[in-house]
Amino acid sequence: MKIIVCVKQVPDAKDVRLDPKTNTLSREGVQAIMNPYDRHALEEAVRLKEQHGGTVTVLSMGPPQAEEMLREAVSCGADEAVLVSDRAFAGADTWATTYTLSQAIKKIDDFDLILCGKQAIDGDTAQVGPGLAERLDIPFVAYVRKINECTANTIQAERLMDDGYDLVEVPLPALFTVVKEINEPRIPSLKGKMKAKKIDITKLTAVDIEADLEQLGLKGSTTQVVKVFSPELKGARAMLGGTASEQVDQLYEKLSPLL
Amino acid sequence: MLQIDIEACIGCGVCESTCTFGAIKVEGGVAVVGDTCTLCGSCVDVCEVGALSIEREEKATQGNLADWSGVWVYAECRHGRLAPVALELLGAGRKLAEKRGVSLSAVLLGSKIESMAEELVAYGADKVFVVDDPALASFTDDAYGNALSALAKQHRPEIILAGATAIGRSFIPRVATTLATGLTADCTDLAIRDEDGALLQTRPAFGGNIMATIICPHTRPQISTVRPLVMKPLPIDAGRKGEIITVNLDQSLLKPRVKVLESVVEDLDRVNLSEADIVVAGGRGLENEKGFAMIRELADVLGGAVAASRAAVDSGWIPYPHQVGQTGKTVAPKIYIACGISGAIQHLVGMQSADTIIAINRDADAPIFDVATYGIVGDVFEIVPKLIAKFKDRKSA
Repeated sequence: MKIIVCVKQVPDAKDVRLDPKTNTLSREGVQAIMNPYDRHALEEAVRLKEQHGGTVTVLSMGPPQAEEMLREAVSCGADEAVLVSDRAFAGADTWATTYTLSQAIKKIDDFDLILCGKQAIDGDTAQVGPGLAERLDIPFVAYVRKINECTANTIQAERLMDDGYDLVEVPLPALFTVVKEINEPRIPSLKGKMKAKKIDITKLTAVDIEADLEQLGLKGSTTQVVKVFSPELKGARAMLGGTASEQVDQLYEKLSPLL
Repeated sequence: MLQIDIEACIGCGVCESTCTFGAIKVEGGVAVVGDTCTLCGSCVDVCEVGALSIEREEKATQGNLADWSGVWVYAECRHGRLAPVALELLGAGRKLAEKRGVSLSAVLLGSKIESMAEELVAYGADKVFVVDDPALASFTDDAYGNALSALAKQHRPEIILAGATAIGRSFIPRVATTLATGLTADCTDLAIRDEDGALLQTRPAFGGNIMATIICPHTRPQISTVRPLVMKPLPIDAGRKGEIITVNLDQSLLKPRVKVLESVVEDLDRVNLSEADIVVAGGRGLENEKGFAMIRELADVLGGAVAASRAAVDSGWIPYPHQVGQTGKTVAPKIYIACGISGAIQHLVGMQSADTIIAINRDADAPIFDVATYGIVGDVFEIVPKLIAKFKDRKSA
């Protein structure tokens, strides 16, 4: 089974803090990490490979620094790594991103399954997985929480829904996005780390993937950001005073009429 | 690319302090842009000497945008039940349609769903397109995506809204890709721009740390998925008249490649959480699983549901279906009681539209107090048991 895992390098969003004085995101000490959901996609791919044989290729579109993350993916069990990187990709929305990734995947050509995390923690759009499946014209399943059965031609999987789950059967090739519940990602092995150090990462540019330049980056995007601002927080902030018991009494008085 | 006119730049640094992404810096008296620039344009707007510009060699506008008219709402239903977000979207869609002077339509896809069409009219739809077909009994991306795309190609709405639910976020991206247009995920605010009628779609990003307003300038329809429980439904008007249009689609469009073998309803707790009037939530301050027993007890006494911050879920004290925030549920109850939750923005975005928010935390500087209606600075292990006792007395009185 040949599996492609799409991974994205993101700033660790939980460390991104807003400076209330300047209204800017303080990124000091914020690390670039592998998108946490993609880590689960990678783990699932490696597990499938261990059970059924095959190869795992990690694919990322990003700046040259993303190479570091791809090496980490190799240390966790990926066999091949491909970085699609070009200044022409800057400012891409999900439409331009799925175009770029689909061109790169056409270059890789042979695959049975593509796995992605359900969303990236910087943009939180969850649109690249399904958009990419549509561009490649292959079946798509979102929010996969378990892969039950896997044969050469089909996969049976559970997808998480708002009120429960669906058991689905999918012909291959297909694309899944996965949720955290699907597995517990492993830490890199020593052997994996050695391999990651030595591996040759395939680097592809816009020309290499035979992209139409009109479809790339900001120019190829269908959406445009017109304003970025900090969220407004509007609490009344009435702080209750006194001893613990007095505070509880006051709160009781405030809440009782609402119950 | 962001262009910097180094002749015009006076090195004042206004751009540097405005950039949310830390991408622009003043070096040697002039602004220099780095790799993290997202071309959001904030710096261009604030530059007083006009030294910054974004070279936008944009996409050519696709056809005549004015050929697309009307606002559509995808009215999600599953297991014979209309999703509450469908009615919320009709409320939001009604305002947009009135501002644009166009009609509001709902699209209903499923099997044996015709009876829901009247309800959609009563909540604000002028027209309801109904595709009632056994092939749509279970949700599949292929059949639902093909059906909505086919209808949109034929009727050309300028705006399509869908809930940012598991279903909406799964198949709407396919619709946008098929129609070769833009899509904005998980919007929390929608408005029409006065000068050109464009849809202004506002959404949180970076775990809710920033808000971004996005437009879809050159293609139609403009498509948004919208976060549940943010928009308000209109009051029901049973006398409202609307047109119900039954559509028969070519069967070849409704043949999914993915087969749904079984559809299981579970996690009733989770369903209860998003619909509960009272929510009691716990965070890292509860210290362990035992601390959560106290939260459950307070919720029981008040007849409310139990929620948690990501920190508490990640610590394994309570399962994920209870998580509230950017990567969990959004709730908008009448009363939200946050116990031992510091209030990281990623949590606040999931609960700040509650009517009354009570925050109990040891740290007076905790950001949770910024959204609180009433705040108590104190030890949760002292305050919460007292609250439980107080409300227990009230119950038995």
